[in-house]
Amino acid sequence: MLMTIVVELKDQPGQLLKALEPISRLGGNIVSVYHQRDKITPLKRIPVEITIQIDERKVEDLIEAIRRNGVIIRSYNEVRLTATTSLLLIGHIIHTDLGDTINRIDSTGFAEVVDMHISMPQLNQPSTAMITISATNEENLKKAIDILKKTCREKDITVIEPLELQ
Amino acid sequence: MIKIAIFGFGAVGQGVAEVLLKKREALRRLIGDFRVVAVTDSKGGIADEKGIDLSKALEIKRRRKHLPEGITTLDVINSLDFDVCIEVTVTNIENGEPGLTHIKECLKRGINVITSNKGPLVVAYRELADLAYRKDARLMFEATVGGAMPIIKLVRNDLAGNEIYAIKGILNGTCNYILSRMEKEKLTYDQILAEAKELGIAEADPTYDVEGIDAAAKLVIIANSLMGMDVKFEDVERVGITNITPEAFEVAMDKGYTIRLIAEVDKVEGILRVSPRLIPIQHPLAISGTLNAALIKTDLAGDVVVVGKGAGSKETASAIISDLIELYRCRA
Repeated sequence: MLMTIVVELKDQPGQLLKALEPISRLGGNIVSVYHQRDKITPLKRIPVEITIQIDERKVEDLIEAIRRNGVIIRSYNEVRLTATTSLLLIGHIIHTDLGDTINRIDSTGFAEVVDMHISMPQLNQPSTAMITISATNEENLKKAIDILKKTCREKDITVIEPLELQ
Repeated sequence: MIKIAIFGFGAVGQGVAEVLLKKREALRRLIGDFRVVAVTDSKGGIADEKGIDLSKALEIKRRRKHLPEGITTLDVINSLDFDVCIEVTVTNIENGEPGLTHIKECLKRGINVITSNKGPLVVAYRELADLAYRKDARLMFEATVGGAMPIIKLVRNDLAGNEIYAIKGILNGTCNYILSRMEKEKLTYDQILAEAKELGIAEADPTYDVEGIDAAAKLVIIANSLMGMDVKFEDVERVGITNITPEAFEVAMDKGYTIRLIAEVDKVEGILRVSPRLIPIQHPLAISGTLNAALIKTDLAGDVVVVGKGAGSKETASAIISDLIELYRCRA
Protein backbone atom coordinates (compact mmCIF):
# COMPACT_ATOMS: atom_id res chain seq x y z
CA MET A 1 0.00 0.00 0.00
CA LEU A 2 0.94 3.63 -0.44
CA MET A 3 1.43 5.63 2.76
CA THR A 4 2.92 8.84 4.05
CA ILE A 5 4.81 9.22 7.32
CA VAL A 6 5.58 12.65 8.75
CA VAL A 7 8.59 12.58 11.09
CA GLU A 8 10.30 15.40 12.96
CA LEU A 9 14.07 15.46 12.54
CA LYS A 10 16.76 17.40 14.32
CA ASP A 11 18.64 19.62 11.90
CA GLN A 12 21.80 17.48 12.09
CA PRO A 13 23.55 15.15 9.62
CA GLY A 14 22.49 11.52 9.70
CA GLN A 15 19.01 12.13 11.06
CA LEU A 16 17.15 11.28 7.89
CA LEU A 17 18.92 7.94 7.60
CA LYS A 18 17.43 6.88 10.95
CA ALA A 19 13.99 7.25 9.49
CA LEU A 20 14.74 5.73 6.08
CA GLU A 21 16.83 2.73 7.11
CA PRO A 22 13.92 0.66 8.52
CA ILE A 23 11.91 1.27 5.36
CA SER A 24 14.40 -0.39 3.07
CA ARG A 25 15.11 -3.11 5.63
CA LEU A 26 11.42 -4.07 5.62
CA GLY A 27 11.25 -4.10 1.82
CA GLY A 28 9.49 -0.77 1.41
CA ASN A 29 9.97 1.46 -1.58
CA ILE A 30 10.60 5.16 -0.97
CA VAL A 31 8.59 7.25 -3.39
CA SER A 32 9.41 10.75 -2.16
CA VAL A 33 10.96 12.65 0.72
CA TYR A 34 9.85 16.19 1.34
CA HIS A 35 11.49 18.49 3.90
CA GLN A 36 8.92 20.98 5.17
CA ARG A 37 11.51 23.61 6.10
CA ASP A 38 8.85 26.29 6.20
CA LYS A 39 7.11 24.42 9.03
CA ILE A 40 10.04 24.18 11.48
CA THR A 41 8.82 23.39 15.02
CA PRO A 42 9.42 25.58 18.13
CA LEU A 43 12.04 22.99 19.15
CA LYS A 44 13.81 23.59 15.81
CA ARG A 45 12.89 20.22 14.39
CA ILE A 46 12.11 19.90 10.68
CA PRO A 47 9.00 17.99 9.65
CA VAL A 48 9.78 15.58 6.83
CA GLU A 49 7.05 13.90 4.80
CA ILE A 50 8.08 10.50 3.50
CA THR A 51 5.86 8.71 0.99
CA ILE A 52 6.45 4.99 0.65
CA GLN A 53 5.05 1.87 -0.93
CA ILE A 54 5.05 -1.07 1.51
CA ASP A 55 3.31 -4.34 2.28
CA GLU A 56 0.50 -3.28 4.62
CA ARG A 57 1.24 -6.18 6.99
CA LYS A 58 4.62 -4.60 7.75
CA VAL A 59 3.37 -1.13 8.63
CA GLU A 60 3.24 -1.73 12.40
CA ASP A 61 6.78 -3.15 12.44
CA LEU A 62 7.98 -0.19 10.44
CA ILE A 63 6.52 2.44 12.72
CA GLU A 64 7.93 0.59 15.70
CA ALA A 65 11.40 0.37 14.07
CA ILE A 66 11.50 4.07 13.20
CA ARG A 67 10.55 4.99 16.77
CA ARG A 68 13.24 2.66 18.14
CA ASN A 69 15.75 4.64 16.08
CA GLY A 70 14.82 7.67 18.17
CA VAL A 71 12.83 9.46 15.49
CA ILE A 72 9.64 11.30 16.42
CA ILE A 73 6.70 10.30 14.25
CA ARG A 74 4.16 13.05 14.01
CA SER A 75 1.64 11.15 11.91
CA TYR A 76 1.28 8.35 9.41
CA ASN A 77 -1.58 7.28 7.20
CA GLU A 78 -2.47 5.45 4.09
CA VAL A 79 -2.64 7.54 0.94
CA ARG A 80 -6.13 7.28 -0.44
CA LEU A 81 -6.38 6.49 -4.11
CA THR A 82 -9.35 8.58 -5.14
CA ALA A 83 -9.24 8.40 -8.93
CA THR A 84 -9.98 5.08 -10.62
CA THR A 85 -10.49 3.96 -14.16
CA SER A 86 -10.56 0.77 -16.21
CA LEU A 87 -8.82 0.18 -19.53
CA LEU A 88 -8.83 -2.71 -21.93
CA LEU A 89 -5.63 -4.27 -23.24
CA ILE A 90 -5.55 -6.52 -26.29
CA GLY A 91 -2.43 -8.40 -27.38
CA HIS A 92 0.17 -10.81 -26.08
CA ILE A 93 -0.25 -9.52 -22.56
CA ILE A 94 1.19 -12.49 -20.65
CA HIS A 95 4.15 -13.21 -22.92
CA THR A 96 5.33 -9.61 -22.86
CA ASP A 97 5.98 -9.77 -19.10
CA LEU A 98 2.73 -8.83 -17.45
CA GLY A 99 4.57 -8.40 -14.13
CA ASP A 100 6.70 -5.68 -15.67
CA THR A 101 3.68 -3.95 -17.22
CA ILE A 102 1.94 -3.79 -13.83
CA ASN A 103 5.11 -2.83 -12.02
CA ARG A 104 5.63 0.22 -14.21
CA ILE A 105 2.35 1.58 -12.82
CA ASP A 106 2.84 0.37 -9.23
CA SER A 107 6.38 1.76 -9.01
CA THR A 108 5.17 5.31 -9.69
CA GLY A 109 4.11 5.61 -6.06
CA PHE A 110 1.02 7.58 -7.07
CA ALA A 111 -0.89 4.88 -8.91
CA GLU A 112 -1.57 1.17 -8.59
CA VAL A 113 -3.11 -1.61 -10.60
CA VAL A 114 -5.96 -2.62 -8.30
CA ASP A 115 -7.81 -5.14 -10.43
CA MET A 116 -7.27 -7.22 -13.53
CA HIS A 117 -9.45 -9.62 -15.45
CA ILE A 118 -7.80 -11.58 -18.25
CA SER A 119 -9.44 -13.62 -20.97
CA MET A 120 -7.24 -16.00 -22.96
CA PRO A 121 -9.11 -17.61 -25.82
CA GLN A 122 -6.36 -19.89 -27.20
CA LEU A 123 -2.66 -20.44 -26.97
CA ASN A 124 -0.70 -17.98 -29.13
CA GLN A 125 -3.83 -15.90 -29.73
CA PRO A 126 -3.97 -12.36 -28.41
CA SER A 127 -5.52 -12.18 -24.96
CA THR A 128 -7.70 -9.45 -23.55
CA ALA A 129 -7.46 -7.87 -20.12
CA MET A 130 -9.54 -5.32 -18.27
CA ILE A 131 -7.12 -3.50 -16.03
CA THR A 132 -8.24 -1.13 -13.28
CA ILE A 133 -5.87 1.57 -12.12
CA SER A 134 -6.27 3.79 -9.06
CA ALA A 135 -4.28 6.93 -8.42
CA THR A 136 -4.05 9.62 -5.78
CA ASN A 137 -5.84 12.12 -8.03
CA GLU A 138 -7.06 12.59 -11.58
CA GLU A 139 -3.87 14.30 -12.71
CA ASN A 140 -1.80 11.33 -11.57
CA LEU A 141 -4.30 8.93 -13.07
CA LYS A 142 -3.68 10.58 -16.45
CA LYS A 143 0.07 10.22 -15.91
CA ALA A 144 -0.38 6.52 -15.10
CA ILE A 145 -2.45 6.03 -18.26
CA ASP A 146 0.31 7.67 -20.29
CA ILE A 147 2.88 5.32 -18.75
CA LEU A 148 0.64 2.35 -19.54
CA LYS A 149 0.15 3.53 -23.13
CA LYS A 150 3.89 3.96 -23.62
CA THR A 151 4.62 0.53 -22.14
CA CYS A 152 1.97 -1.07 -24.35
CA ARG A 153 3.30 0.65 -27.45
CA GLU A 154 6.69 -0.96 -26.76
CA LYS A 155 5.01 -4.33 -26.33
CA ASP A 156 2.64 -3.99 -29.29
CA ILE A 157 -0.45 -4.19 -27.08
CA THR A 158 -3.58 -2.23 -28.08
CA VAL A 159 -4.93 -0.02 -25.29
CA ILE A 160 -8.61 0.91 -25.28
CA GLU A 161 -9.18 3.88 -23.04
CA PRO A 162 -12.48 4.86 -21.48
CA LEU A 163 -14.43 7.68 -23.13
CA GLU A 164 -14.20 9.73 -19.95
CA LEU A 165 -12.36 9.26 -16.65
CA GLN A 166 -15.07 8.72 -14.04
CA MET B 1 -32.87 32.31 -61.14
CA ILE B 2 -30.25 30.22 -59.34
CA LYS B 3 -27.95 28.39 -61.76
CA ILE B 4 -26.48 25.18 -60.37
CA ALA B 5 -23.58 23.07 -61.67
CA ILE B 6 -22.98 19.56 -60.33
CA PHE B 7 -19.40 18.27 -60.49
CA GLY B 8 -19.18 14.53 -59.87
CA PHE B 9 -21.98 12.21 -60.89
CA GLY B 10 -21.45 9.12 -58.80
CA ALA B 11 -23.82 7.91 -56.10
CA VAL B 12 -23.90 11.29 -54.34
CA GLY B 13 -24.23 13.42 -57.49
CA GLN B 14 -27.05 11.22 -58.75
CA GLY B 15 -28.70 11.30 -55.33
CA VAL B 16 -28.66 15.11 -55.42
CA ALA B 17 -30.06 15.15 -58.97
CA GLU B 18 -32.90 12.85 -57.92
CA VAL B 19 -33.83 15.06 -54.97
CA LEU B 20 -33.71 18.19 -57.15
CA LEU B 21 -36.14 16.50 -59.55
CA LYS B 22 -38.41 15.00 -56.94
CA LYS B 23 -38.62 18.05 -54.70
CA ARG B 24 -38.52 20.69 -57.40
CA GLU B 25 -41.75 22.41 -56.34
CA ALA B 26 -41.00 22.36 -52.62
CA LEU B 27 -37.50 23.72 -53.28
CA ARG B 28 -38.86 26.49 -55.52
CA ARG B 29 -41.05 27.63 -52.67
CA LEU B 30 -38.01 27.78 -50.39
CA ILE B 31 -35.30 29.23 -52.61
CA GLY B 32 -37.09 30.51 -55.70
CA ASP B 33 -36.53 29.46 -59.27
CA PHE B 34 -33.46 27.37 -60.03
CA ARG B 35 -32.05 25.27 -62.83
CA VAL B 36 -29.13 22.90 -63.27
CA VAL B 37 -26.88 24.18 -66.06
CA ALA B 38 -24.16 21.52 -65.99
CA VAL B 39 -23.39 18.03 -64.78
CA THR B 40 -19.94 16.54 -65.16
CA ASP B 41 -18.15 13.33 -64.21
CA SER B 42 -14.57 12.12 -64.63
CA LYS B 43 -15.18 11.33 -68.33
CA GLY B 44 -17.28 14.22 -69.59
CA GLY B 45 -20.48 16.10 -68.99
CA ILE B 46 -23.59 17.89 -70.18
CA ALA B 47 -23.88 21.67 -70.06
CA ASP B 48 -26.39 24.26 -71.20
CA GLU B 49 -26.86 27.72 -69.75
CA LYS B 50 -30.58 27.49 -70.45
CA GLY B 51 -30.79 24.43 -68.23
CA ILE B 52 -30.23 20.73 -68.81
CA ASP B 53 -32.67 17.85 -68.53
CA LEU B 54 -31.63 16.13 -65.28
CA SER B 55 -33.69 12.99 -65.80
CA LYS B 56 -32.07 12.53 -69.18
CA ALA B 57 -28.62 12.99 -67.65
CA LEU B 58 -29.44 10.36 -65.03
CA GLU B 59 -30.66 7.99 -67.70
CA ILE B 60 -27.51 8.45 -69.82
CA LYS B 61 -25.29 7.91 -66.77
CA ARG B 62 -27.10 4.71 -65.83
CA ARG B 63 -27.10 3.31 -69.32
CA ARG B 64 -23.57 4.20 -70.42
CA LYS B 65 -21.88 4.40 -66.98
CA HIS B 66 -20.50 7.83 -67.87
CA LEU B 67 -21.61 11.16 -69.31
CA PRO B 68 -20.87 12.15 -72.95
CA GLU B 69 -17.21 13.02 -73.54
CA GLY B 70 -15.98 16.31 -74.94
CA ILE B 71 -16.46 18.61 -71.98
CA THR B 72 -14.55 18.82 -68.71
CA THR B 73 -15.37 20.32 -65.34
CA LEU B 74 -12.78 23.06 -65.89
CA ASP B 75 -14.38 23.88 -69.27
CA VAL B 76 -17.65 24.40 -67.45
CA ILE B 77 -16.06 26.62 -64.80
CA ASN B 78 -14.22 28.67 -67.41
CA SER B 79 -17.01 29.14 -69.90
CA LEU B 80 -20.35 28.87 -68.15
CA ASP B 81 -22.18 31.39 -66.02
CA PHE B 82 -23.52 29.80 -62.82
CA ASP B 83 -24.09 30.75 -59.18
CA VAL B 84 -23.36 27.64 -57.17
CA CYS B 85 -21.39 24.47 -57.69
CA ILE B 86 -22.19 21.19 -56.00
CA GLU B 87 -18.77 19.53 -55.79
CA VAL B 88 -19.27 15.81 -55.16
CA THR B 89 -16.26 14.18 -56.80
CA VAL B 90 -14.36 11.38 -55.07
CA THR B 91 -12.50 12.19 -51.84
CA ASN B 92 -8.72 12.23 -52.06
CA ILE B 93 -7.12 13.18 -48.76
CA GLU B 94 -3.57 13.05 -50.15
CA ASN B 95 -3.78 16.24 -52.19
CA GLY B 96 -7.50 16.96 -52.42
CA GLU B 97 -7.63 16.69 -56.21
CA PRO B 98 -9.49 17.05 -58.44
CA GLY B 99 -12.00 18.63 -56.04
CA LEU B 100 -9.52 21.16 -54.65
CA THR B 101 -8.96 22.78 -58.05
CA HIS B 102 -12.69 22.78 -58.80
CA ILE B 103 -13.48 24.49 -55.51
CA LYS B 104 -10.67 27.05 -55.78
CA GLU B 105 -11.58 27.99 -59.34
CA CYS B 106 -15.22 28.45 -58.40
CA LEU B 107 -14.49 30.50 -55.26
CA LYS B 108 -12.05 32.71 -57.23
CA ARG B 109 -14.94 33.60 -59.50
CA GLY B 110 -17.20 34.33 -56.55
CA ILE B 111 -19.24 31.17 -57.15
CA ASN B 112 -20.70 29.56 -54.02
CA VAL B 113 -19.58 25.99 -53.34
CA ILE B 114 -21.44 23.13 -51.67
CA THR B 115 -19.37 20.00 -51.24
CA SER B 116 -19.43 16.50 -49.79
CA ASN B 117 -15.76 16.08 -50.69
CA LYS B 118 -13.56 15.78 -47.61
CA GLY B 119 -10.24 15.90 -49.47
CA PRO B 120 -10.06 19.62 -50.32
CA LEU B 121 -11.18 20.63 -46.82
CA VAL B 122 -8.72 18.32 -45.07
CA VAL B 123 -5.85 19.56 -47.22
CA ALA B 124 -6.68 23.26 -47.39
CA TYR B 125 -9.57 24.33 -45.17
CA ARG B 126 -8.00 27.60 -44.02
CA GLU B 127 -6.95 28.59 -47.53
CA LEU B 128 -10.41 27.85 -48.96
CA ALA B 129 -12.22 29.64 -46.13
CA ASP B 130 -10.01 32.72 -46.63
CA LEU B 131 -10.50 32.62 -50.39
CA ALA B 132 -14.27 32.39 -49.99
CA TYR B 133 -14.22 35.33 -47.57
CA ARG B 134 -12.13 37.50 -49.92
CA LYS B 135 -14.30 36.72 -52.92
CA ASP B 136 -17.54 37.11 -51.02
CA ALA B 137 -18.53 33.54 -51.88
CA ARG B 138 -19.73 30.86 -49.49
CA LEU B 139 -18.27 27.43 -48.87
CA MET B 140 -20.78 24.93 -47.51
CA PHE B 141 -19.76 21.42 -46.46
CA GLU B 142 -22.37 19.86 -44.19
CA ALA B 143 -22.15 16.63 -46.24
CA THR B 144 -18.45 16.11 -45.49
CA VAL B 145 -19.08 15.09 -41.89
CA GLY B 146 -21.72 12.73 -40.58
CA GLY B 147 -23.82 12.39 -43.75
CA ALA B 148 -27.38 13.31 -42.87
CA MET B 149 -26.50 13.91 -39.22
CA PRO B 150 -26.52 17.68 -38.70
CA ILE B 151 -23.32 19.00 -37.19
CA ILE B 152 -21.66 21.80 -39.21
CA LYS B 153 -24.70 24.07 -39.47
CA LEU B 154 -25.93 22.89 -36.06
CA VAL B 155 -22.80 24.28 -34.44
CA ARG B 156 -22.49 27.34 -36.70
CA ASN B 157 -26.12 28.39 -36.56
CA ASP B 158 -28.03 26.83 -33.71
CA LEU B 159 -25.12 26.82 -31.26
CA ALA B 160 -23.76 30.14 -32.51
CA GLY B 161 -22.23 32.14 -29.67
CA ASN B 162 -21.14 29.02 -27.81
CA GLU B 163 -17.54 28.16 -27.36
CA ILE B 164 -16.97 24.56 -28.38
CA TYR B 165 -14.63 22.88 -25.90
CA ALA B 166 -14.69 19.39 -27.34
CA ILE B 167 -16.44 17.14 -29.81
CA LYS B 168 -16.45 13.36 -29.47
CA GLY B 169 -18.16 11.36 -32.12
CA ILE B 170 -18.73 8.25 -34.11
CA LEU B 171 -17.97 9.50 -37.60
CA ASN B 172 -17.61 6.24 -39.51
CA GLY B 173 -20.66 4.04 -40.01
CA THR B 174 -18.67 1.08 -41.34
CA CYS B 175 -16.58 0.78 -38.16
CA ASN B 176 -19.63 1.26 -36.01
CA TYR B 177 -21.45 -1.48 -37.89
CA ILE B 178 -18.52 -3.90 -37.47
CA LEU B 179 -18.07 -3.14 -33.75
CA SER B 180 -21.75 -3.28 -32.85
CA ARG B 181 -22.12 -6.57 -34.74
CA MET B 182 -19.05 -8.01 -32.96
CA GLU B 183 -20.61 -6.94 -29.68
CA LYS B 184 -23.89 -8.66 -30.47
CA GLU B 185 -22.75 -11.81 -32.28
CA LYS B 186 -19.43 -12.49 -30.47
CA LEU B 187 -17.86 -13.21 -33.85
CA THR B 188 -14.35 -12.24 -34.93
CA TYR B 189 -13.44 -9.03 -36.71
CA ASP B 190 -12.74 -10.93 -39.95
CA GLN B 191 -16.10 -12.70 -39.89
CA ILE B 192 -18.03 -9.47 -39.40
CA LEU B 193 -15.91 -7.62 -41.97
CA ALA B 194 -16.81 -10.29 -44.54
CA GLU B 195 -20.49 -9.80 -43.68
CA ALA B 196 -20.17 -6.01 -44.00
CA LYS B 197 -18.53 -6.38 -47.43
CA GLU B 198 -21.34 -8.63 -48.58
CA LEU B 199 -23.91 -6.05 -47.48
CA GLY B 200 -22.02 -3.27 -49.25
CA ILE B 201 -21.32 -1.52 -45.93
CA ALA B 202 -17.55 -2.09 -46.22
CA GLU B 203 -15.46 -1.58 -49.36
CA ALA B 204 -13.45 -4.40 -50.96
CA ASP B 205 -10.40 -2.62 -49.52
CA PRO B 206 -11.70 -1.46 -46.14
CA THR B 207 -8.44 0.24 -45.02
CA TYR B 208 -9.81 3.76 -45.36
CA ASP B 209 -12.59 3.00 -42.90
CA VAL B 210 -11.17 0.42 -40.47
CA GLU B 211 -7.84 2.17 -39.92
CA GLY B 212 -9.70 5.31 -38.89
CA ILE B 213 -8.53 7.37 -41.89
CA ASP B 214 -12.04 8.50 -42.86
CA ALA B 215 -12.92 9.42 -39.28
CA ALA B 216 -9.62 11.29 -38.87
CA ALA B 217 -10.30 13.32 -42.04
CA LYS B 218 -13.72 14.31 -40.68
CA LEU B 219 -12.18 15.17 -37.33
CA VAL B 220 -9.73 17.55 -39.02
CA ILE B 221 -12.64 19.30 -40.76
CA ILE B 222 -14.53 19.62 -37.46
CA ALA B 223 -11.50 20.95 -35.56
CA ASN B 224 -10.63 23.52 -38.21
CA SER B 225 -14.10 24.70 -39.17
CA LEU B 226 -15.98 24.55 -35.87
CA MET B 227 -13.33 25.04 -33.24
CA GLY B 228 -11.05 27.60 -34.85
CA MET B 229 -8.07 25.24 -34.86
CA ASP B 230 -5.48 24.82 -37.59
CA VAL B 231 -4.59 21.12 -37.63
CA LYS B 232 -3.49 18.72 -40.32
CA PHE B 233 -4.41 15.11 -40.99
CA GLU B 234 -0.97 14.00 -39.76
CA ASP B 235 -1.66 15.61 -36.39
CA VAL B 236 -4.37 13.07 -35.61
CA GLU B 237 -3.29 10.23 -33.31
CA ARG B 238 -4.95 7.28 -34.98
CA VAL B 239 -5.67 3.65 -34.00
CA GLY B 240 -8.03 1.48 -36.05
CA ILE B 241 -10.31 -1.38 -35.08
CA THR B 242 -8.56 -4.37 -36.69
CA ASN B 243 -7.02 -5.68 -33.43
CA ILE B 244 -10.27 -5.88 -31.53
CA THR B 245 -11.26 -9.35 -30.39
CA PRO B 246 -14.69 -10.79 -29.49
CA GLU B 247 -13.31 -11.42 -25.97
CA ALA B 248 -12.67 -7.70 -25.65
CA PHE B 249 -16.42 -7.13 -25.80
CA GLU B 250 -17.09 -9.86 -23.23
CA VAL B 251 -14.54 -8.50 -20.79
CA ALA B 252 -15.79 -4.94 -21.34
CA MET B 253 -19.42 -5.97 -20.95
CA ASP B 254 -18.69 -7.47 -17.51
CA LYS B 255 -17.92 -3.94 -16.39
CA GLY B 256 -20.83 -2.39 -18.26
CA TYR B 257 -18.92 -1.13 -21.28
CA THR B 258 -18.95 -1.60 -25.00
CA ILE B 259 -16.32 -0.55 -27.56
CA ARG B 260 -16.70 2.05 -30.31
CA LEU B 261 -14.33 3.93 -32.59
CA ILE B 262 -14.39 7.49 -31.30
CA ALA B 263 -13.04 10.60 -33.00
CA GLU B 264 -12.20 13.16 -30.36
CA VAL B 265 -11.03 16.75 -30.47
CA ASP B 266 -10.57 18.54 -27.16
CA LYS B 267 -9.23 22.08 -27.22
CA VAL B 268 -8.75 22.24 -23.44
CA GLU B 269 -6.84 18.96 -23.10
CA GLY B 270 -5.09 19.26 -26.45
CA ILE B 271 -6.48 15.97 -27.74
CA LEU B 272 -6.90 15.11 -31.43
CA ARG B 273 -7.35 11.40 -31.96
CA VAL B 274 -9.32 8.55 -33.42
CA SER B 275 -9.21 5.35 -31.37
CA PRO B 276 -11.37 2.54 -30.03
CA ARG B 277 -12.75 3.51 -26.61
CA LEU B 278 -14.68 1.94 -23.76
CA ILE B 279 -18.18 3.43 -23.71
CA PRO B 280 -20.67 2.84 -20.88
CA ILE B 281 -23.55 0.89 -22.44
CA GLN B 282 -26.05 3.55 -21.36
CA HIS B 283 -24.03 6.36 -22.94
CA PRO B 284 -25.62 8.23 -25.88
CA LEU B 285 -22.59 7.38 -28.04
CA ALA B 286 -23.14 3.63 -27.51
CA ILE B 287 -25.14 3.40 -30.74
CA SER B 288 -25.46 0.44 -33.07
CA GLY B 289 -25.40 -0.20 -36.81
CA THR B 290 -24.17 2.28 -39.40
CA LEU B 291 -25.33 5.33 -37.45
CA ASN B 292 -23.12 8.30 -36.70
CA ALA B 293 -23.28 10.35 -33.50
CA ALA B 294 -21.57 13.32 -31.96
CA LEU B 295 -21.36 14.75 -28.46
CA ILE B 296 -20.62 18.47 -28.54
CA LYS B 297 -19.33 20.09 -25.35
CA THR B 298 -20.09 23.81 -25.17
CA ASP B 299 -19.79 26.58 -22.62
CA LEU B 300 -23.36 27.89 -22.73
CA ALA B 301 -25.51 25.05 -23.99
CA GLY B 302 -23.68 22.32 -22.06
CA ASP B 303 -23.59 18.96 -23.82
CA VAL B 304 -25.50 18.47 -27.07
CA VAL B 305 -25.82 15.06 -28.73
CA VAL B 306 -26.84 14.35 -32.32
CA VAL B 307 -27.40 10.98 -33.97
CA GLY B 308 -28.14 10.26 -37.62
CA LYS B 309 -27.38 8.29 -40.73
CA GLY B 310 -23.75 8.82 -41.67
CA ALA B 311 -23.74 7.54 -45.25
CA GLY B 312 -25.87 6.74 -48.26
CA SER B 313 -26.64 8.75 -51.39
CA LYS B 314 -30.05 10.00 -50.19
CA GLU B 315 -28.67 10.92 -46.76
CA THR B 316 -25.70 12.79 -48.23
CA ALA B 317 -28.08 14.54 -50.64
CA SER B 318 -30.09 15.66 -47.60
CA ALA B 319 -27.05 17.49 -46.24
CA ILE B 320 -26.27 19.05 -49.64
CA ILE B 321 -29.84 20.22 -50.21
CA SER B 322 -29.93 21.75 -46.72
CA ASP B 323 -26.78 23.72 -47.60
CA LEU B 324 -28.43 24.88 -50.82
CA ILE B 325 -31.50 26.09 -48.95
CA GLU B 326 -29.32 27.78 -46.32
CA LEU B 327 -27.56 29.68 -49.12
CA TYR B 328 -30.65 30.92 -50.91
CA ARG B 329 -33.57 30.77 -48.50
CA CYS B 330 -33.90 34.55 -48.06
CA ARG B 331 -34.39 35.09 -51.77
CA ALA B 332 -37.72 33.29 -51.85
